[in-house]
Amino acid sequence: MAKMNLLQAINNALDTAMAADDSMICLGEDVGKFGGVFRATSHLQEKYGKARCFNTPLTEQGIAGFAIGMAAQGSTAVAEIQFADYIFPAFDQIVNEAAKFRYRSGNEFNVGSLVFRTPYGGGIAGGLYHSQSPEAYFCHTPGLKVLMPSNPYQAKGLLLSAIRDPNPVLFFEPKRLYRASEGDVPEEDYEIPIGKAEVVRNGSDITLLGWGAQMTEMHKAADKAAEEGISCEVIDLRSLLPWDVETVANSVSKTGRLVIAHEATHTGGFGGEIAATIQQECFLSLESPIARVAGLDTPFPLAHEKEYLPDYLKVYEALVASLNY
Amino acid sequence: MTSASDVKPNLMHKAQFIEGHDLPIPTLSILNADGSIQAGAEAPEMDHETAIKLYRNMVYIRVLDERMISAQRQGRLSFYLTCAGEEAAVTGSAAAFSMNDMIMGQYREQAAIRWRGFTTEQFMNQLLSNEDDLGKGRQMPVHYGSNELNFMTISSPLGTQIPQAAGYAYAQKLQGNQACTLCYFGEGAASEGDFHAGLNMAAVLNCPVVFVCRNNGYAISTPAEEQFKGDGIAPRGVGYGIKTIRVDGNDILAVYTASIEARRIALENNEPVLVETMSYRLGAHSTSDDPSGYRSKDEEDKWREKDPIERMQNWLQAKGWWNGEEEKAILEGYRKEVLDALKRVEKKPMPSIDELITDVYDTPPAHLQKQYAELKEHIAKYPENYPVAGGAKHG
Ligand SMILES: Cc1ncc(C[n+]2csc(CCOP(=O)(O)OP(=O)(O)O)c2C)c(N)n1
Ligand SMILES: [Mg+2]
Repeated sequence: MAKMNLLQAINNALDTAMAADDSMICLGEDVGKFGGVFRATSHLQEKYGKARCFNTPLTEQGIAGFAIGMAAQGSTAVAEIQFADYIFPAFDQIVNEAAKFRYRSGNEFNVGSLVFRTPYGGGIAGGLYHSQSPEAYFCHTPGLKVLMPSNPYQAKGLLLSAIRDPNPVLFFEPKRLYRASEGDVPEEDYEIPIGKAEVVRNGSDITLLGWGAQMTEMHKAADKAAEEGISCEVIDLRSLLPWDVETVANSVSKTGRLVIAHEATHTGGFGGEIAATIQQECFLSLESPIARVAGLDTPFPLAHEKEYLPDYLKVYEALVASLNY
Repeated sequence: MTSASDVKPNLMHKAQFIEGHDLPIPTLSILNADGSIQAGAEAPEMDHETAIKLYRNMVYIRVLDERMISAQRQGRLSFYLTCAGEEAAVTGSAAAFSMNDMIMGQYREQAAIRWRGFTTEQFMNQLLSNEDDLGKGRQMPVHYGSNELNFMTISSPLGTQIPQAAGYAYAQKLQGNQACTLCYFGEGAASEGDFHAGLNMAAVLNCPVVFVCRNNGYAISTPAEEQFKGDGIAPRGVGYGIKTIRVDGNDILAVYTASIEARRIALENNEPVLVETMSYRLGAHSTSDDPSGYRSKDEEDKWREKDPIERMQNWLQAKGWWNGEEEKAILEGYRKEVLDALKRVEKKPMPSIDELITDVYDTPPAHLQKQYAELKEHIAKYPENYPVAGGAKHG
C-alpha cells in the first residue's frame, strides 16, 4: 500500500498498464513531456518513449479518431481529452464510431482496447467550460461503458479494468478531487469490476446514491443525518453504464427511500434513468418518491458556483423531505 | 484548374510529388529591431497621432498584464492570461479595422478590445466577475465581450469562432453592411476541425472575413513542431484558395500594413484573407501554467530581445515622436490607473443571484423558475452557508 492522491493513482494505473502491455499508447493534448495539464501522464514519456506517450495536435476529433484507429488495429489506446467540456468536437467519433464499431461490422472489427480519460466537474472556479459533467450524453449511447471513480483506490482499479475491458470506455475523473482525495492504494496490479456499485456505508432509513466528486457531499450529508439519528445507506455507483441495478434495488427495498445526487443538470441527467428503473424494481417497497438533487438547468456559472452546486445541505434537505413525506 | 471536369487539366507524364515545403512563404518585415526601416521597405502611412495611439495601446496592455499577474498571485483574481510578446500582432491588426467591423477573438486579444475603447474599469469588472461585468460574472477571467464595441464575447472551446466568423461576414455582406469580420485564433487552435471547416466555407462562400492566426510557437506546452509538419499555417490558406500573407508579428508596421490591405481586399472583393503573425508567447500560457517544464529560459530570452514594444519605441524616438519623459509618464499613469481601478472594483458586489437563471433562454421557462424558487428557499434556510447569496456577508 502507498498513500496516493487521485491523480497519482491514475498515473500509477497508466504506468502499471503500460508496463504490462507493450501495445499501450497514451495520447492527448500536452500529455507528452509536460505530462498533461493536470500531470496525470507525468513521466510516462520518459519511461516508455515518445512513440508510446505523446502530444497530439490540438484536435479532439482527431485524437478520438486516431485512438479508434489504433484500437481497431489491436493496440491499446488511452486518449486524454484535456477537459470533459472539450469532448464535444470528438462526439461524433465517440458516439457514432467507437460505440458502433463492433455492432455495425457484425463483430468483424472492434475498438475494445480503447479508453477516453477526461477530467470533469465543478468546484474549481472554472465557469462554463471547465466544470461540466457530460456523462449523461454518453450513457445514452449503447456500445460505450461509462465510469466515474470517487477516490484513489477506485481510480486505479477502475482505470485498469477500463483499459483491459474489451469495449470502449469513457473514464470521467473528478478533477476537484485530483489532489484533495488521498488514500491507500495497492502498488500492485488490481482491477475493480465494471458494473458493480460499492455500498460505502450501511444504513437502514434511506439510501443515498451518487458517483464521482459528489460522493464527498453524500458522506457529509449522511454524517449530518446521523447527528439527527437518521441512518443512511450510502452507495457509490462507480459504473454508470452498465450500472448495478441489483445493489441499488436491494438497498432501496430495505430502506424504502432513495435520494440520487449528481452535479450534472437535472433535466435528462442520469438520475432520471435510475429513478425510473428503481421505481419499476422497488415499487412496492417505496415509502416516498425518489428524490433527485442536481445542478440547475442552466450552463455552469462562475459567480454563485457554490449556490449552484448540489452540496451536502441540499442532499440533507432532500433526505429529510423524503423521510417526512 | 482544380476540378475534375476541368477542360484543360494540367498534366504531367512522370510521377512527381510536390514537397510539403515547396510553397515559399515570405515574411513581411518593415521595422528593424533598432527602429530603422528595412532596406527596400516602406513604412505605412501613419500619422503621428495614430502612431502614438498604437504605441500607447501596447504599453497599456503590457502594464495591465503585469499588474493582473501580480494581482492573481496575491489571490485577488482567480485566473489570468497575458498577451505579452504579441501586443503588436494584436494591436496592429485591430487598428486596421473600423468600429463597425466585428471582432471575434480567441482569448489572448485584450489589446484588440482595448483598442476599441474597453475601459480599465470594464476590464476589472470582468476579471472580478462583479455585478457590472457585461458578461454577468458567468465566465472565467479574460472572457471579455461587448456588443457596443462589436467585440464578440470570448468562448473557451477553441476554434469555434472560425466558422462563425465566416458566417457573420457572409451575413454582413448580404445585409450590405459595408463591414467585415476580423477573426483571431492561435496556431494550436488551427488544428481543430473548425479551422478547416471555417476557412473552406469562407472561401467557397466569398465571405469578407480576415483571419489572423497568431502563431506564437506554443499551444500550452505543445511546441509548433509537434502541432504541424507544414510551414506554419499560411500554406493552408493558399490550399483553401484564400489570399494569404505572413508577417513578422513583432513588427507593428508590418502587421498594420498587411492588415490594412487585408481589410481592403476582404471588403472590396468579398473574399476571405488569412494573415499569419509570427511571434512568441513571452509569458506562461496562463497563471495555471509553468513553462519551465517544457521550454528553456534561453529560448525565452532570445525572444525577449525582439520585444515588439521596444521596437516601435525605437522607431518613434528615431522620428522624434517620443521620448523618455513621455515613456515614464505613461507607465506611471497606467500603473496607477490599473491599480486604482482594481481597488475600486474590488468593493463591488457580485452579480445578483437572480442572474443564475436569466439568459439561459430569452425568458426563464417554468421549470427553471421552479428550481430557482426551491434554491432561494434552501438558501434562506442556511444563509450562513451561502454567505454571498444569503446576504450574511459581502463576498
Ligand atoms: C476545444 C478545446 N480544446 C482544448 C482546450 C484547452 N486549451 C486552452 S488554450 C489551449 C492552447 C491553445 O493554443 P493556441 O491556439 O496556440 O493559442 P495561444 O494560447 O498560444 O494563444 C488549449 C489546449 C480548449 N480551450 N478548447
Ligand atoms: Mg499558440
